[in-house]
Amino acid sequence: MNYNGFQELASTNQWGAIWPELVMAGIAILVLCLDLFLPSTRKRIIPTFAIASQLGLLGVLVLGCGCEVGTSGPLFGGMIESGPYLGYMRAFFVLSSALVCYLAISYLSRQNLPRSEFFLVTILVSASMMLLVQSSNFVMLFVALETVTIGFYVLVSYCRYSAFSLEAGLKYLILGALSSAILLFGIVLLYGAASNPALKGATSDAMNFTELGKFIAQNAHEPLVLIGATLVICGICFKIGAVPFQIWVPDVYQGAPTPVTAFLAISSKAAGFFVLMNLIIGPFAHLTALTQPLLSAIAIITILFGNLTAIGQRNVKRVIGLSGIAHAGYLLIAIVAMTNPQGASLAPWAIIFYLFAYLFASFAIFGVMVHLAGAADEFQELEHYQKLAERQPFLAGVLAIGLGSLAGIPPLAGFIGKLLIFIAAFQAGLYVLLGAAIIGVVISIYYYFGWIREAFFVKPTLPGDEAKQAYPMPGAVGIFHKVMLSLLVILTVVLGLFQRGIFGG
Amino acid sequence: MFTDFNLLLLSIFIPLSAAVVLFFGKSLGKSGVRLISAIGFMLPAVISVYLWMKFDSQTDLLNGFAYVGGCDLGLRESVGITLLLGLNGISMPLYLLAGIVGLAAGIHAMYSQAERLHVYMGLLLVMQSGLMGVFCSIDIFFFYFFHELALIPTFIMIGIWGGEGRRAAAMEMTVYLTLGAMLSLLGLIALYGQTGWDAATGFSLIGLQEYLSANGISAIAQNNIFALLLFGFGILVSLFPFHSWAPRGYANAPTANAMLHAGVLKKFGLYGLVQIAVPLLPFGALAWNDWIVWLALGNIVVIGFVTIAQRDLKLMIGYSSVMHMGYIFLGIATMSIVGIGGAVMLMFAHGVSVALMFVLATAVYNRTGTYDMKAIGGLGPKAPVLAGLFVAASMASIGLPGFANFWGEFTVFIALWENHAWAVAPAVFGVVISAIYGLRAAANIFFGPQTKSFTESLGDREIGDITPAERAPATILLVTLAFIGLWPMGISNSIEKTVETEPVYVHMPSKLKVSKAEATSETTLQLAEADATETAQEGGKSL
Repeated sequence: MNYNGFQELASTNQWGAIWPELVMAGIAILVLCLDLFLPSTRKRIIPTFAIASQLGLLGVLVLGCGCEVGTSGPLFGGMIESGPYLGYMRAFFVLSSALVCYLAISYLSRQNLPRSEFFLVTILVSASMMLLVQSSNFVMLFVALETVTIGFYVLVSYCRYSAFSLEAGLKYLILGALSSAILLFGIVLLYGAASNPALKGATSDAMNFTELGKFIAQNAHEPLVLIGATLVICGICFKIGAVPFQIWVPDVYQGAPTPVTAFLAISSKAAGFFVLMNLIIGPFAHLTALTQPLLSAIAIITILFGNLTAIGQRNVKRVIGLSGIAHAGYLLIAIVAMTNPQGASLAPWAIIFYLFAYLFASFAIFGVMVHLAGAADEFQELEHYQKLAERQPFLAGVLAIGLGSLAGIPPLAGFIGKLLIFIAAFQAGLYVLLGAAIIGVVISIYYYFGWIREAFFVKPTLPGDEAKQAYPMPGAVGIFHKVMLSLLVILTVVLGLFQRGIFGG
Repeated sequence: MFTDFNLLLLSIFIPLSAAVVLFFGKSLGKSGVRLISAIGFMLPAVISVYLWMKFDSQTDLLNGFAYVGGCDLGLRESVGITLLLGLNGISMPLYLLAGIVGLAAGIHAMYSQAERLHVYMGLLLVMQSGLMGVFCSIDIFFFYFFHELALIPTFIMIGIWGGEGRRAAAMEMTVYLTLGAMLSLLGLIALYGQTGWDAATGFSLIGLQEYLSANGISAIAQNNIFALLLFGFGILVSLFPFHSWAPRGYANAPTANAMLHAGVLKKFGLYGLVQIAVPLLPFGALAWNDWIVWLALGNIVVIGFVTIAQRDLKLMIGYSSVMHMGYIFLGIATMSIVGIGGAVMLMFAHGVSVALMFVLATAVYNRTGTYDMKAIGGLGPKAPVLAGLFVAASMASIGLPGFANFWGEFTVFIALWENHAWAVAPAVFGVVISAIYGLRAAANIFFGPQTKSFTESLGDREIGDITPAERAPATILLVTLAFIGLWPMGISNSIEKTVETEPVYVHMPSKLKVSKAEATSETTLQLAEADATETAQEGGKSL
């Protein structure tokens, strides 16, 4: 790199532009310091500090959306570039991270495990997700992604004396490494193709999204490019849990501590989709001949697989995991719609809205799950929810609204999310995908409603059933939890009724 | 500013806020719960009656809609969804129906023995709010939205307060109706898509009418979208052979819930066909016309025989309500002013009469402890007023003169004679079938000797006549039926006013005589254009 290159690099090193990420990292370091230096009697303030500071950051992000520091355009020598939806993505990850920390308080209070490290890793992973979704260079993308993944290796097997958690960690490690390898191979192929001087439009900076995009525009039928792009998409499909890279989902979701399951189901999935969005509108914009059929096929199989396999499950963590696969399928429809000029204007908003609706609803459900789980976190069966409406009407109500939103029932936010995706798909003319989505939604009613039924409808007791009624009664819900869960539920309802101010920034 | 639009808005939000209060009203006590639910049901009913009385004198109409107003909740810019409310001659009777049946169901539920009464009433009020919203929405998205809002309490109420087979019935109904709702949602989105995703037109019925009359839709699109809507709505209305959820659902539903669902909510799909699908997609409706007629006859004849075979009173009412949907579909299939008028009239009449039947069936059950008609007998002398009401209700439901149902069925038959003369015979035969099962039910329950098992189960217990709490809703409903039966102009005027301005219904009967080959061939589009110009000349308004 010559002198001018360094000069440009220096001028684009605008640290102010990534201040939210820096603040998140700062919070993580502070948590670490507090853990080191506070006397053990005072350590209980650490979770409160972690949540409060993240919510503070979220407040600044939401209120101060207009006052973005720094400029648009490539930063740090083309490593990152803020896209049009970055504000939403940042808010998403900070909110999700704060809520995972909230769930962790309940969870950790029941386990004999180190506390502060959990918050530390969660916040760091969230910070790298925020960098991941603005990376505009494959090196940056891979480094950020690996930071996320390594953090998850730790978190998934966090409950180190539970065989299930360790099994989940091992599975996640092996399959995660495999997917990283696939992704990396794809990146290398793209790099190799794009810097081959024999090809038209070869570039010296082939890792850069913009340069790569220009190259692909001229060589959209180059086999190496097609294979490379396919492998990159496959690597990301692992993160979002799309078929055929969903194998790990049920086991890992079941074995991981519940807050980590939530983190995987929400943040990790969303990060995958945001990256996919960036790739689809960025370097792969001219590969629609490949991405459209590929992603369509994945979407259809994913929807059907997720819904059909979720029907037979009795463990709620597996139900959530498999239904999450189905949600990935619905979101993939919107991604496919983005590849079509007709649907390109609405589809990104549909994805963002859907993910936020999914976040509120899922955290409400996970909040209930954490509360109902005993010490053995991985055994949460549908039967545990029997008579929940009588014993804990508040939790039952939260659960019903959360599940209703996931099922896409009006007037909840999930319905508007599905509606927007359907409209975007219609605009793009994706009738087959719509058909699959309809079938999926109808099937999903069966297990979501089955769960609600378990909680609300009193089962006629048969003789001999009394022996099985030995599930522990959940304790009373504290006021703090009531406030948090009510907020999630209220947001789910309000987003379903009023969407003003969300669209178009 | 207090306009009539605000009244429409209030009729939706009063029940909804009452519901919210009740959900958190564990400590209210029985009388408090009753007071709040009374407010929640009474005010919408009063508003609906007030707006109905004012309706005929309305001159300030927007495309035939009175009391129009709207507000943007945030989706207008991107996908053209606005909360737009108003009433025209087709929706006015149904809005009135929702108000009246809602009040009757509310009174019935207030004095029922349901456990956790405050939640029960709260869910019922959510349903009521959705029902009021369905029929005054001009925006077809909100039309769908309010329907779903009213549907969800149904599932929950069946599951919690339902009868023996409630768990299975609730599940079956939920999955089945979600399928129907999803198909119709796709149809509605596709309809919006025909405008080229113009957010200014959006989901507003008025906007769609204007856009489509100016631009027209291709024959293929009409056929496909109409099919989506027909089968989507058809599932929701229990069109044969998609009816299996209905009788079992109703048999297991708590009474007030069954009244609102069978009486009012089920009219959603029919209303959608009359108000949206047929006027906007006339040639789609034409292409599917034979299907509608045959399936409707399936409803009437096949389900008619199934109804005769029922022993369980509530199942019988459920099946008979499925059967009567057939007449309304036939009315829609005629696509003529008379037929559509009859269909809307019949929707109103059927809604009231089926709700009345559910009230009375529950009254019978409360006295005898069984729905098995063969196991009762001789109840008449013990409960003469109940017997009288039941006989009157059966007669209304059969369609005898003096009740609103008569006018509905009668006009449907007249319209049918004009373009499907052959179908009149099975349809009239259906009336005979209803007479058989209706009168036989009355005879089995109230007249003749008491069965042995009934005498035994009764023991020393004294059976009283109908109580005031049962009498009030029954009276409201029966008086409505008789009032419209004696003075059908009360609602037919408003129906006529709107249907006559709908170019499709004015011009379509003649087109029905076009041979089917011609109607489905490539010439359809030209037909549409020819029709459009013809209409433009005659009505000053194009198709």
